[in-house]
Amino acid sequence: MDLENQKRVKDLVEKHGEENVIVLLGAAEAEASGLAAETVTNGDPTFAGPLAGVQLGLRVYHVVEEQFKGEVDGDIYEDQIGMMEMVLDVDEIVSEMTEIRNEFCKFND
Amino acid sequence: MYETLGTFHLSPFQVRILQKRRQMKRPQCLKLVERGDFKMSDYAVIKGASYILVHTPDMILHNGTTQTMERLANPKSEYLKQIPNHLRSFDEVVSYPPNQVYIGNNKPEELHNFEKPWFDKKIENANRYGKFGEIMPQDEFLALIKMVDVFDLVLLEKSFTNLVRKNINTHSLMTDDLKARLKDGEEIAVIEKFIKEQKAEALYHNSKLVGCVKRAHEIDVNLNAHVIHENLISKASGVLAFLNLIEKNDIDVNSIDYVIECSEEACGDMNQRGGGNFAKAIAEMGGAVNATGSDLRAFCAAPAHALIDAASLVKAGTFKNVVIVAGGAVAKLGMNGKDHVKKDLPILEDVLGGFAVLVSENDGINPIVRTDLVGSHKVGTGSSPQAVMTALISDPLDKGGLMITDVDKYSVEMQNPDITKPAGAGDVPESNYKMIAALGVKRKELERKDIATFAKEHGMPGWAPTQGHIPSGVPYIGHAIDALVNGEIDRTMIVGKGSLFLARMTNQFDGVSVIIEKNVIGSDDKATGISEDEVKKMIAEAMRNFASHLLEG
Repeated sequence: MDLENQKRVKDLVEKHGEENVIVLLGAAEAEASGLAAETVTNGDPTFAGPLAGVQLGLRVYHVVEEQFKGEVDGDIYEDQIGMMEMVLDVDEIVSEMTEIRNEFCKFND
Repeated sequence: MYETLGTFHLSPFQVRILQKRRQMKRPQCLKLVERGDFKMSDYAVIKGASYILVHTPDMILHNGTTQTMERLANPKSEYLKQIPNHLRSFDEVVSYPPNQVYIGNNKPEELHNFEKPWFDKKIENANRYGKFGEIMPQDEFLALIKMVDVFDLVLLEKSFTNLVRKNINTHSLMTDDLKARLKDGEEIAVIEKFIKEQKAEALYHNSKLVGCVKRAHEIDVNLNAHVIHENLISKASGVLAFLNLIEKNDIDVNSIDYVIECSEEACGDMNQRGGGNFAKAIAEMGGAVNATGSDLRAFCAAPAHALIDAASLVKAGTFKNVVIVAGGAVAKLGMNGKDHVKKDLPILEDVLGGFAVLVSENDGINPIVRTDLVGSHKVGTGSSPQAVMTALISDPLDKGGLMITDVDKYSVEMQNPDITKPAGAGDVPESNYKMIAALGVKRKELERKDIATFAKEHGMPGWAPTQGHIPSGVPYIGHAIDALVNGEIDRTMIVGKGSLFLARMTNQFDGVSVIIEKNVIGSDDKATGISEDEVKKMIAEAMRNFASHLLEG
């Protein structure tokens, strides 16, 4: 997650509170998704950005995960994301995201 | 040759369109024929293409932004210390399979013969000169930077100049005018003084100081030594591509009347940061005395934009012979170097890239640019990959009543996966092919199981250096000309994409695409002995027959 986006996430959390912010990711593969998820939960693992050492523990999901998919209109999902869902390694992304959430997310819902 | 559909006689070409129309339920296709938009002789053709690489190992450390940023943030960095152990020799760069594909000595498909990764594979007896261009070593390129500098901003040391002059004098592309521009060298003390006292940008060869690029203004940051250095490198590599285009394709340089430059640099001064104009500067050095030109910018998508613009200018009759050209980006050398060193690989981003393409009036032989079958990422398109792919891939297909599989080869972002995979960016062409295949599934033109094999049939492995605009769609044009003229393929699509948001002026993504087809005037029509006028007569006759049947009915 680049430094500018880290700052945006930090500012939004300061404004709305950790419990009111959900981060949605659209990264193309599992490792990158995991890195971004780790950044908004346990802090920037590269210790380069505004979230270095900041453990926000936010709820974070990838858009191909069921938790997000189940919440949105199926037609719109198909229209906007259906194609990428076919291309991406969904199982790997889900497994990576679940692992990060289990370890670092503050909210157990 | 003709198939009867009721009383209406159609040529195979028309039958195909009608079938597509029925299949796709898109009625505009037949209308195009009726309007005469398929008059093949109007389309511009791609007459030739050149591709060059410049091996610049010393510039990785001194001018690549990954390294210069590291030096600022962490001068004693372990990474900077390790760089010299991860540099390739010129011979290694020449024999590297993707580089041989880039300069045209091997076909893209031949990369399948080498197991990935390719960095430890080599092509035996590889030549620095290729069918499309060449790979230039650093010392010759430093001389070329000096030769294309018209403001005496580049100084090269005396003994270095004398050494490299021998190579320049035997280089087949260097004209007497260019050779004379090398001039005599300068004392090293003078060069050191400019670096120390006036912030001149140092030029190194084999880790030894051999020259400098002076600032062009005392205060103006747009003319400081860093910017002039970057711009002269872009200009010099653009000139090298231009010279190769003329030479390799036997083009009369006097026939070129317009040049579009599409690199990622900007030249200007404090009152107009990107005033321009690289195009005319390159045309001047290439001896194109009858040409003017302009610069076109759209990040990595610029070459695809330039190709469409060039073909449109020719089709409109505004200009007859338009060259699109771009030099390389020195800032991007070693961009992913940290990952390469971490994984104990050579730093593979050790070359500047350049290319040039000549677009001309239809000659009945070379492939045509279907400027009516263009895709564009519009302001309202949206930035989801699905929206982008629909705009760039589906739209041009729909305009022509074509299916995903009607395009034999898609040329997308052709980055070399050797470079991107170790850096965590994956295999970029492969990802693009998967997305195109997935789009095909959504369009019901492919089965889901076809996604896995689509890349092999309609794609190619990536071979281009990660120089931004260089890998974006255009690396295939040279190979495509051969494949389309030889009848190996009928149709290709060039797709360029660009990340406009990097300039912080808009959050928009960008991209354009265009279909290139085999020239049917020179092949099919001649082979069957049917001229365009005869086709018109036949259509007219068919229409009369149809009308008479209606009256009878």
